[in-house]
Amino acid sequence: MTPRQKRFSMIGLGLAALGIAAALVLNAFNSNLVFFFTPTQVANGEVPKGQSFRIGGMVEAGTLTRENDGLTVHFVMSDTVKRVPVTYKGILPDLFKEGKGAVAQGRLSSEGTFVASEVLAKHDENYMPPEAAEAMAKAKAAGKQSSDTLVVTP
Amino acid sequence: MSESRATWTKYSSPQAFYPLAGKLIPWFAGLAMICLAAGLYIGFLVAPTDFQQGDSYRIIFVHVPAAWMSMFLYVVMAGWAAVGLGLKARPSFMMAQAIAPTGALFTFLALFTGAFWGKPTWGAWWVWDARLTSELILLFQYAGVMLLHASIDDLRRADRASAVLALVGVVNVPIIYFSVRWWNTLHQGASVSMTAAPKMAATMLSAMGIMALGFWMYSAAVALMRVRCIILERERQASWAQIERGA
Repeated sequence: MTPRQKRFSMIGLGLAALGIAAALVLNAFNSNLVFFFTPTQVANGEVPKGQSFRIGGMVEAGTLTRENDGLTVHFVMSDTVKRVPVTYKGILPDLFKEGKGAVAQGRLSSEGTFVASEVLAKHDENYMPPEAAEAMAKAKAAGKQSSDTLVVTP
Repeated sequence: MSESRATWTKYSSPQAFYPLAGKLIPWFAGLAMICLAAGLYIGFLVAPTDFQQGDSYRIIFVHVPAAWMSMFLYVVMAGWAAVGLGLKARPSFMMAQAIAPTGALFTFLALFTGAFWGKPTWGAWWVWDARLTSELILLFQYAGVMLLHASIDDLRRADRASAVLALVGVVNVPIIYFSVRWWNTLHQGASVSMTAAPKMAATMLSAMGIMALGFWMYSAAVALMRVRCIILERERQASWAQIERGA
């Protein structure tokens, strides 16, 4: 092996060792690197007790209600498996919508309601003009309808 | 084979590389200007408004290409550092040194535009999720490489030390890229990836692609300009460099 090849293989080996070390460290820290917990994790009691944490999921459609003061809102955060009721007093971000993702920071009350001090909207990675979104929604609705009518009754 | 090797190694001498870089700069700079003008035009005036974010999504045309460049330039910098360490070639170290400030600039731009995007969409300027935090670490890594190089007077030692630091830091790049897949993050997943169809309208995608190309060309032009300065500074004792400087 020439000295040059030796140097390059040293660099390669060093990087490989570093990569493995990083992978192990990240694996060990895995649970601490999450930005939010899912409603399922909340239901399973995997969340820090008596501490502030974040919960993330979909705002279940039809659950958003506003109290008469105009600021306090109630909604249900869901990950399609478990549901967690959330109360929040404050201004919601513009992109906060039913059926869309959101992340809330706060504490779990003794009754199991999540009292949020901050609510953030989590938007997805899809970008399209409104007409395209409308067309897609229509196509989806039509598809649902046709599959409904396709049910074969004996 | 031996002939191509001879022409290739010719440019490993700073004296030969200096005029070559000078010839390439106007091409890269011209292409950068054309691409950035076209990209911004399509992005801000032609591309349609987004169905849920309205016009605030248009930050994507600067934010995403800047974020790509911040990661890509780090890999290129680390690549030159590895070549420099392996071949003991001075121009490789000079290239690594020349790329660092541009990489840091794009990292800052990605973080800055990201904050302006986060406020209207998420409702927060900054959150400590895995994507944002790892990108911030990248900025510190660029700063670390530049500072370490600047703090050692002996240039050969400065080159080697900062090259090792740059190589060590390269592990962060896949962490940034995959952070949105490995962990729950507030930051959304990738709209454009090599494995799936793009999740955005074609006009938006083309504007982003042209902007990314423009940033590439800009980076190449600026890195070459900087490397010329570095060559002149380091070779100031050589007679050819003194002629170039007009001394």
